[in-house]
Amino acid sequence: MNLFYLVAFLSIFFSLLVIFTKNPVYSVLYLIVTFFTFSIHYILLNAQFLAIVNFIVYMGAILVLFLYVLMLLNLNKESEPMKSNLLKVAGVIAGLCLLLTLAGSLKLVHVSDPVLLKNPDIGLVKNLGKVLFKDFLLPFEVSSILLLAAMVGAVLLAKKDPNNV
Amino acid sequence: MELAFVIEKVVLVTVIFLITLGIAAYSTLAERKIAGFIQGRVGPHRAGPSGMFQPLADGGKMFFKEEIIPAESNPWLFIAGPCLALLTASIGSAVIPWGQDLVIGDRVIQLQVADINVGILYIFGIVSLGVYGIMIGGWASNNKYSLMGAIRAASQNISYEIAMGLSLIALLMVTQTLSLRGIAEQQAGFWQNGWFSWNVFCQPLGFLIFLVCSFAECNRTPFDLPESENELVAGYHTEYSGFKLGAFLFSEYINMFVASAVMSTLYFGGYNFPFMNHLGLSDNVVTILGVVFLFAKIFFFIFFFMWIRWTIPRFRYDQLMNLGWKVLIPLSIANIVLTGIWITVKDLM
Amino acid sequence: MESLSNRKKVLEQKPMTFGEKIYLPSIAKGLAITFKHIFKKRETIFYPEQERPVSENWRGLHSLKRDEQGRERCTACGLCALACPAEAITMTAAERKKGEEGLYREEKYAAVYEINMLRCIFCGLCEEACPKEAIYLDGPFLEADYLRKDFIFGKDKLVEEPLKS
Repeated sequence: MNLFYLVAFLSIFFSLLVIFTKNPVYSVLYLIVTFFTFSIHYILLNAQFLAIVNFIVYMGAILVLFLYVLMLLNLNKESEPMKSNLLKVAGVIAGLCLLLTLAGSLKLVHVSDPVLLKNPDIGLVKNLGKVLFKDFLLPFEVSSILLLAAMVGAVLLAKKDPNNV
Repeated sequence: MELAFVIEKVVLVTVIFLITLGIAAYSTLAERKIAGFIQGRVGPHRAGPSGMFQPLADGGKMFFKEEIIPAESNPWLFIAGPCLALLTASIGSAVIPWGQDLVIGDRVIQLQVADINVGILYIFGIVSLGVYGIMIGGWASNNKYSLMGAIRAASQNISYEIAMGLSLIALLMVTQTLSLRGIAEQQAGFWQNGWFSWNVFCQPLGFLIFLVCSFAECNRTPFDLPESENELVAGYHTEYSGFKLGAFLFSEYINMFVASAVMSTLYFGGYNFPFMNHLGLSDNVVTILGVVFLFAKIFFFIFFFMWIRWTIPRFRYDQLMNLGWKVLIPLSIANIVLTGIWITVKDLM
Repeated sequence: MESLSNRKKVLEQKPMTFGEKIYLPSIAKGLAITFKHIFKKRETIFYPEQERPVSENWRGLHSLKRDEQGRERCTACGLCALACPAEAITMTAAERKKGEEGLYREEKYAAVYEINMLRCIFCGLCEEACPKEAIYLDGPFLEADYLRKDFIFGKDKLVEEPLKS
């Protein structure tokens, strides 16, 4: 349990650093560490598959792309676009909306008792696969179609229009 | 956790770590020797008998050279880059089964540091982390060549990871387990139920894709674009000197060793060797022989990495991307479909 | 244009067959070639221990010769310095004193004779210009050194060893 508090403290600490550092590259690096602590959380919950998938997909792929894009940006202070007041107001409103949604959803969440989890091995690959392909087959396939659509869209965006070169 | 268990694991980790470092060090010598042999030269031969102490001399040189941190660079990230590269390279060997269980008295000693049930995915995750060292180091150098090298490394690794993962999925459909130990055990012996038991014989295409991708992931020729010396001035390690440069170069060789070990475990039977159960030897002897055979396979693959390096020229960057996205990924998807059909047909029969 | 000699061959570039497109056979061929080379004879000459035989008209470092009686042949006429295209040779002449007949063959000799080996191009024109057959380029390679001044060879390095009686 102490380990949990340590890891939880670390993940909150690093996610705060993500927000408060000035340099965006540092932000991404702290985000990597934050995701790493999330992986440790999953392992503590005996969800090895989720841990390793979080590791591969978020740390290994998505954040590499984040870093990739940030490296290509010119991060000088002078070239930073001036943030207008309108943008700031929009940001505040959006943030408050997110906060409201979070608060609303938290009210609905029931407290589950992790000690009484019926199957402690639910996070292992075999059980997870069975659950995904039996109980949640439809949402699983629907989300895969969503991903496919996104992929096709990305390819189309990247493709040059032959009539318009 | 009893004390003996902890000691056993600590000893195993230390031994594996030392072996990894030793093999990586001597890979540098082997690389230069093989390059020499292929080009009709002898390679390094002055330090010790036929150059045996050359790695020590190289290491000494790396240690005592001046460490230069460029003035406009980002010093913390500049140091973190090579450290990360070395770290991610060396933790990959944790899940590789080096042999069967060793039985001494009542104790059963597992020749594997951690038998986790997502072993392959662990390796895969470590591989995908490997690019951070290069990217951070290249960016922190504050040099255009280094940045270009870092960007090339990132895009290359991401592209080839996909094909690598898809070729692994076909393998997992055959083995039905993610644990490397389980996969190694399934390939016992050499001939089983009327067919070769090693996975390379039922996944030849998958192995080929995996091999090509592991070349790309290790940044080895013909995919060594991130560090191409004559177009990018050594790419991401342009600004590095002394031991930090050594760490980058060393991590490349460690990566090569781990990739060879993974390939031998996944596709070439790991510690299994032909007729292992028909020789009438005691279990421990078979285990030790298995370790020897595993290392023989690993050395062959390391040799193969070098052999390819001195045979095939470097790709152009667009060729590299074409090969990754337009050839290897469709091929590996086709491989998954073929494997699925084959499994279904086999089940029906 | 019409070819007059009729020997012009037009290079035909056929589209690659499938076997050529997958490159694997040619890679295997290349690997076989490099593997064969591993067992071929090495061309290396281990230099300090082993030296490559030089040709008969090899031109190496200069040496100032002595005659049959062990006397220096050079008479400091300066023809070699004049012939030198690289301006590498300088000398100071001196008159032979009484009692030095055993040392110098002619009445005039070179008190100082210097060749700047960094300027010398080892063309051998000094050798050809010498009327007394005093200078020959029959030495070994020029060895590396740390300081530029050490490349100016004086008589101590140029003159042949005295005859052993």
